Amino acid sequence: QKNGVSNGSLYKKPFTEHFEQAPLYVAVLTFVGFGVGTIFGYLRDFMRAWGLEKCNIAAEREQQKDFVPLYQDFENFYTRNLYMRIRDNWNRPICSVPGPQFDLMERVTDDYNWTFRFTGRTIKNVINMGSYNYLGFAEKDANALKTVTKELQKYGTGICSTRQEMGTLDKHIELEKLVARFLGVEDAMVFGMGFATNSMNIPALVGKGCLILSDELNHTSLVLGARLSGATIKIFKHNNVQSLESLLKDAIIYGQPRSHRAWKKIIILVEGIYSMEGSIVRLPEIVSLKKKYKAYLYLDEAHSIGAVGATGRGVVEYFGMNPDDVDVLMGTFTKSFGAAGGYIAGKKDLVDFLRTHSHSAVYATSMCPPVAEQIIRAMKCLMGLDGTTQGLQRVHQLGKNTRYFRRRLHEMGFIIYGNDDSPVVPLLLYMPGKIGAFARRMLEKNIGVVVVGFPATPITESRARFCVSAAHTREIIMVLQVLNALDELGDFLQLKYSRYSKSSHPELYEDTRFELED
Amino acid sequence: VDIKTMKSYLYWLYCQYELITCSYLMEPWEKLLFYSFNIAVVAVIIYTAYLFIPAHISRAFQFFLHLLGNQPENTASIMK
Repeated sequence: QKNGVSNGSLYKKPFTEHFEQAPLYVAVLTFVGFGVGTIFGYLRDFMRAWGLEKCNIAAEREQQKDFVPLYQDFENFYTRNLYMRIRDNWNRPICSVPGPQFDLMERVTDDYNWTFRFTGRTIKNVINMGSYNYLGFAEKDANALKTVTKELQKYGTGICSTRQEMGTLDKHIELEKLVARFLGVEDAMVFGMGFATNSMNIPALVGKGCLILSDELNHTSLVLGARLSGATIKIFKHNNVQSLESLLKDAIIYGQPRSHRAWKKIIILVEGIYSMEGSIVRLPEIVSLKKKYKAYLYLDEAHSIGAVGATGRGVVEYFGMNPDDVDVLMGTFTKSFGAAGGYIAGKKDLVDFLRTHSHSAVYATSMCPPVAEQIIRAMKCLMGLDGTTQGLQRVHQLGKNTRYFRRRLHEMGFIIYGNDDSPVVPLLLYMPGKIGAFARRMLEKNIGVVVVGFPATPITESRARFCVSAAHTREIIMVLQVLNALDELGDFLQLKYSRYSKSSHPELYEDTRFELED
Repeated sequence: VDIKTMKSYLYWLYCQYELITCSYLMEPWEKLLFYSFNIAVVAVIIYTAYLFIPAHISRAFQFFLHLLGNQPENTASIMK
């Protein structure tokens, strides 16, 4: 879909997203694969129930066999029979820093993935295409971590308290001021865990009698926070502004379900970059909608802070908008800053309210000082306050890598989802047999990838998700190695389903252009 | 007719079949069961084809011949 003329005045640069559908035979074959898997799943379940085979997974005790069954729904069936067969591709323990290359612990299985044992060897220098290391700040270079070691020696590692008791250090105040300055807002508050930031603060902001309009593909932390709050939740189609507008209109016209009173608050929950699709939110349109219908906007920039935007300040800067337009800016430090934790930023009144009313502030331990110092140094590097242009270079490197990687994958003929500028690249695999084959063969070629299947994605659209990093081009060989491996593997596994790929002979384009110029 | 490329092409086709039908994920005895079932189905189809297709083709041939042979009479009866 190209977004050209219709909203031309809102978008300052072209907004190109791809969600190509695979040819029909692919869907048919995917169902065939799942059908065969299901039949064999029933066969194995039958054998386990009749004692012909040992049952290795959780089951009810003998005395409870007549009770309501605990393990009979489809998710457990799928886990027992399909996930277990390819389980060796997930939860692989690593034993080094997750930089552009890392070391894996080698493990083998004797009984088809029910148990693993470590051989004691490590697989060295596996190229890392799965870590959320967008700007490459997950590093162990002693020079870069000088301030962090100093703070570690000054403060130790434990806080042993919550924010409201004795857990607010001067490091937190410094960090919060820096985050507010980085984003261009009045104030910010930081929390120890990114997931808990969403799930503990949304209940503090909305309650019964409020309406939450949440995107179809929002992350579990947002869904959990929305459900915990007790507000009414309505879902709009992924990134679809028409769907959101019709929901807003209905909300304003009809009000609350039985009493038809006006909603106390209407809040829209969206993410900056959706991590399974790689799509970027249509922020200008959503902001104009929110202003028209007087709703609030909560933007979760977990994957987009530091990764998009001309200077790495997230989707708000990417679209050239004013950060005052978004009511609640939320983000995490896990992805682009190489640390852990989350923040909520916005107007001073909002942040002061959260300091007293957030569950995380009252009950959760605050962020520990060395981690806070790592974020401070990463942010100072990004803003240029440490005197070098390294931060800006990293952001530009990430942008170049992203565009190059996506362009080459499109040319090769793979189906890639998402916006052209997002560093999250999902490559569609579709068939369940190919999930395991792809991950294992990539590991044989010394590249570590993350493959995703059913519960996290729709059942027919399993994918491999690449996270492009600014650290990959310190030796450009890495990116080329990955692309060559993907090319080979795409041919061997027949993954090149795209019907819109450009010709594989770009020299011909150059020749015709030459002729026209004559 | 290069035997080496032929063999590797056939192996590649076998890999595709394995991936599509999820037999890549199965344990050896499951693969045995699945392949024997498939081969049995294919064998039955071939046997049925061998038995019945010649009879079907000759009957269809006779039918069309009959239709073409009586062509002028049929059109006359329709037009009345």
